[in-house]
Parts: sequence; C-alpha cells; structure tokens
Amino acid sequence: MTRAARVLGALLALTLPFWLQNPYYLHVVIMAGIFGVLSLSLNLLLGYTGQLSLGHAAFFGIGAYTSALLTLGLAWPVWPAMLAAVALAALAGWVIGRLALKLRGAYFVLVTISFAGVVSLVSVNWMELTNGPLGLPGVPAPELGPWSLRTKTAYYYLVLAAVALSYLVCARLVRSRIGRAFLALRENEPLAESVGVDVTHYLVLAAVVSAGLAGLGGSLYAHYTRFVSPEVFLFTYTVTMVIMVVAGGKGTLAGPLVGALLFTALPEALRLATSWQWQMLAYGVLLLLLVYFLPRGIVPALRELRGRRAS
Amino acid sequence: MTLAVRDLAVQFGGVAALGGVSFEVRPGTITSVIGPNGSGKTTAFNAITGYLRPTRGAITYDGASLAGLRPSAIARRGVVRTFQKTSVFPTLSVADNVMIGLHLSGTAGVVGVLLGRRRLGEEERRLAAEADALIELVGLGHRRGDVASGLPYGEQRLVELAVALAARPRLLLLDEPGAGMTGAEKARVSGLIRTIRGQGITVLLVEHDMRMVMGISDTVVVLHHGRVIAEGPPAAIQAHPEVIRAYLGATGERD
Repeated sequence: MTRAARVLGALLALTLPFWLQNPYYLHVVIMAGIFGVLSLSLNLLLGYTGQLSLGHAAFFGIGAYTSALLTLGLAWPVWPAMLAAVALAALAGWVIGRLALKLRGAYFVLVTISFAGVVSLVSVNWMELTNGPLGLPGVPAPELGPWSLRTKTAYYYLVLAAVALSYLVCARLVRSRIGRAFLALRENEPLAESVGVDVTHYLVLAAVVSAGLAGLGGSLYAHYTRFVSPEVFLFTYTVTMVIMVVAGGKGTLAGPLVGALLFTALPEALRLATSWQWQMLAYGVLLLLLVYFLPRGIVPALRELRGRRAS
Repeated sequence: MTLAVRDLAVQFGGVAALGGVSFEVRPGTITSVIGPNGSGKTTAFNAITGYLRPTRGAITYDGASLAGLRPSAIARRGVVRTFQKTSVFPTLSVADNVMIGLHLSGTAGVVGVLLGRRRLGEEERRLAAEADALIELVGLGHRRGDVASGLPYGEQRLVELAVALAARPRLLLLDEPGAGMTGAEKARVSGLIRTIRGQGITVLLVEHDMRMVMGISDTVVVLHHGRVIAEGPPAAIQAHPEVIRAYLGATGERD
C-alpha cells in the first residue's frame, strides 16, 4: 500500500462511526473486525508456517468461554478476563503444537479437528461449568473508568484497537528472523533444519501466538454479543476463517483483513439483495469465481497488477 | 575439530546401506567420498547430519558425539550440509533464501521482536549486508531479488551453496555439488570450494565427477557396497587396484 492509501485507510477507520450512523452497518463492521483478528491469527499458521488448522474455532471458543466464565462465575472485571482468555487459548495452542510436533499436512489438520471436537463436547456436556447447550447469558460489557463500552460506537473502537494490535503482532513477527523461520518451515523443512532452524520450536511458537490471538477474538465476541454457547465451536467459524484467509491472500499481512471485511459484508449484502434460498448459492458461486480467477487471493493479485503497471 | 566416523552402520529393513564405515575428516581439508550408486554415500551424509538414525556406530565432531541430535542442533555445532536434489526455499527471493540461512547469526527473540526493539533493526541491516556479500561470493549478484524456483538449475545450486555458507559452517558437507551442471559451472563450483576451504571451512563432499574430485580433494574415501575399500590422497586412490576393480569396473578387468 502507498503511504497516502494507508493514511486514508487509517482516517476512514478512525472516523467510521461518525458517518456510518446505521447501527446495523456498524454491527457488521464490528463483526468484520472480530473476524479480522481471527483471520490474522489463522494466517500466521496457514499463511506463514503452511500448516492448516481446521480446529481454529476451538481457540476462539476457549477465549469466549474463559471470558464469560471468569466475569460471570468469579465476577472478574472484563480486562483481566480478556487477558486470561488470551493466555488460556495460547496454552491450548501450545498443547496442540506439542502434540503435532512431528505431524504435518493432513495429520496436523486431523489433530486440530479432533481437538476442536473434544473441546466442543466438553462445552456441551459439562453442565455445571458451562451450562451446556443453554449457554451463558449476561456476559458483561467492558468498562473503561466510568464509561461502559456497551454502545456499538465504543465497542467499535475497542475492536479496532484489537485489530491494530493483532496486526502489529503479526507484522513484527513476520518481518523478523522468527517470521523467516516460519516461512522456512512452509517452504522446505529439511533445508530449514540443515541451516539450524529448529523447526518444531517455531511451529509451537506460531501455534501459541496464533491461538492467543484467536482467544482474543473469542473474548471480544463474548463481551460484544454478551452471550456464549457451544455454538462458538461450530466448524462453520473455522471454515469462515479459512475462506477469509485464502480469499484475501494467505501469507500476506493485509489479505486476512481484506478477506474478513469482504466475507462478513457479503452474506449481509446478499441477505438484503435476495431471498434466503439464493443467499448461500450466490455466496458459493462468488467464492468459486474468486478462487478460480484469483487463486492466490485478492491482495497478491492486486500487488501483481500494480507491479505490472509500474514496470 | 575433526569429524570422526567409527563403525557407522545403517540398516534399512534387511538391507545394509552402510556396513560399518570408519573415516576421518581432518580440519582444513577437502575430503571426498566417492563410490558407485547405492554404495552408501548419501546415507552416510544423512547419518552424520542427523537426518537418519544409524543402527550402530559413533559420529563425533570436535570430540563431541553428534548421535541423536536433531539436524538443527548439529548445524548449531557448525556442521552444515547441502542436498543431492536441488533444495531451495522455492517461492522466496534469493536474498530471502540466504537470510534464512543466516538464522543462527541472528539473536532476535520473540519478546524483543514484539516490542520492536531498535537494536533489532540494526541486526536486520547487518544480516542483509552479510547476505549480500554471500550472494556476491557465489556470483548471483544480478539475481538477488529473483524467486529461487525461477532460476536455472545451476544457479539454484549456487543459491543452495550460499544458504549453507550463511549458516557459518566449520564443516560443510556438499552432496553432489556439481551434479547436472555444465563444465563451466563445475569449474566455478570447484573454485568456490577452494575459496571456502581458504576461509578455514573444512569440506566433505560426495561427487561423481572424477575430474572434479581428483582436482580439488586432499583425501578421497572410496565406498563400495557400504564399506570403505580405500582412503588416501587422489593419486594413490587412482592407482589403487581394488578401487579400479570396484569403481572403474570394466577397464580394470579388461587389462
């Protein structure tokens, strides 16, 4: 992105609630922001280390439940609960990373899916803790000093800050020797080992950071919708994240955010434009077209276009 | 800083790829391992660098055992290898390939990176400069920004060499560095290998091209059916009757 575009984008993001008066639109943008955090998180594993986690909803759900349970059950304030949500999800990421140390490709995918399945079952069946399928209503909204962040406008800024933080975390990692180690794992693992990159160490690290960010997304979701149920573990959430990352451009920093914005807004736009019978069909066709014409994703395609025009 | 291989054996199922091999690589030398296909050369490389676990035997470098270590841990001890089949980081630029090779020269940890410490910016610039110097050394200065997998074969092998050198080896194992190269490229690689030794790096190589081997080696180890049948300076090896029979085959029998 050019400097001008970046400044314009930042200004747009900072002033959005003032000219986007419709609360429904603001809701869509907030959800896009939460999914932005989740997509950035998934991209760290999928885009940089090349490992597909199909259990990412588990880290999201662990974050959501941790936040909900600590604030409701133990009456923790929201901010420490949010930190705990990140920490617990990161811990789960560490466990998965250790379990999958020697597993790659399809086997890594299977471990992540099974893990999500287990966590989901626990959330449904451990009635005393999670209230089972009935879920946990009344999760409090965060407060900042005397102000409650209950309004959509206030929550928008919280989510914006979280997106910015997640982006910063990913950007700094990716542009360092740590990010190069992630890429080395994706590109050629035996070669990476031969020059001293302890591949499994970096895979675990990527899983921890990725899961922690997904936990942040889950916590933001819990305090926004104010309700958490086993639905947060739905496979659909994982699939949505994967679509966002792949369509936006995996292995790029901006791609997941573009994907998150597009694929949160798209179903809503389709809902306005057509009846429910056609919604999913149109969504599917649009996704197919996108993947067919821009197999590497939107952001890489735009870069290529600009590169061609420049040369 | 001698590499000592003692009674190294590797068994694949019922097949003995290596049946008790011993040799030494003295510091500052170029040692070649030669032998017909299937004689166990690459297997020996894989065992020394931790890519497969030997069935028996000891491998020590600088007096310390390398047994059971991961390849990355062996690289940290200064023993770095290249691969028989071209092996680069395919979708990354030549410069990024070499930057990954410099992994061990970097110190940035996760906390420092996340806090964006200024010192790390300096380190990145230092590493980039080192990468540049290595790319110049192998003669790929004009390819710095090109994607590695898009380069012609010979140049990809040079990228591999630069990546391995970036890991600052004290002992460099080259698996058929001249394979698939043109005569001119081979001559260039031979020159490079001498330069590398000149910088104090010990070289152990597997190679089929006899002219190259005899031209640059201080010591040659001959493997045949998983055993060492001769070891010595190139002139002695070329005259060794068992080598002529086993390796050069037909010519020896006809005479």
